[in-house]
Amino acid sequence: MIINKMMLKLPALSINEAFARSVVAAFILPLDPTMQELADVKTAVSEAVTNAIIHGYGDCEGFIFINAQLTRDGIFEIEIEDSGVGISDLPLALSPMYTSAPELERSGMGFTIMEQFMDSLVVDSKPGAGTKVRMVKKLQPRNLH
Amino acid sequence: MQLSFKQQKNTLIVTLTGDLDHHAASNIREKIDNEIQRGSTNNFILDCSKLEFMDSSGIGMIIGRYKKIKSLNGKFYATHLNSQVKRIFNVSGLDRIINTYSDNKAALKNL
Repeated sequence: MIINKMMLKLPALSINEAFARSVVAAFILPLDPTMQELADVKTAVSEAVTNAIIHGYGDCEGFIFINAQLTRDGIFEIEIEDSGVGISDLPLALSPMYTSAPELERSGMGFTIMEQFMDSLVVDSKPGAGTKVRMVKKLQPRNLH
Repeated sequence: MQLSFKQQKNTLIVTLTGDLDHHAASNIREKIDNEIQRGSTNNFILDCSKLEFMDSSGIGMIIGRYKKIKSLNGKFYATHLNSQVKRIFNVSGLDRIINTYSDNKAALKNL
């Protein structure tokens, strides 16, 4: 059973990286997550939002859409979507250490971290049609308000 | 994010305070590089005792400074990693190239 949902639309500005991860952390707080669960979710959200800003929109303006929901048994689902340039070679983008922006000192570890810190990661993208990242994490339902 | 510098035993100790993400990284990178350039020391300790959060933008920033210090034949250490930062070091493999210590004293002893 879904106990809460959230939708957030925010401009693709780097100042919103901290804002997005803080909002999502606050969203899962009613389930009384462990410090590690909270840190994992914050990190994964930060990676996806940063990708949208740097790779999705680059120097262009645009919006990032975040949709999330929480179920009574502790399933947290989140979608982070942009309408940017999209990814032309998804398997390459998903491979560890690959970055399309080495000149910006990007490590190429964003997707690897999302994969490791969440229970599942699905990336849907087409060149010119934006990118949608869907992640799921099972939280231990310790204290449901 | 804020940072502070200290020189000790031929070592530049950089303490990061706050969140190290893409928004903070470029500013931090510039300030650290200026300090490396200005200083006379080649060794570097990244003190993470006040670092609350780091994502992969921090990995890129740290690898960039690590390479710079290595090119000066210096040693690069990181100290006081909290559990979230430790996990990032581990998943990215940073902990295989950068020695980490529980505190600055232990790192200075190993220079």
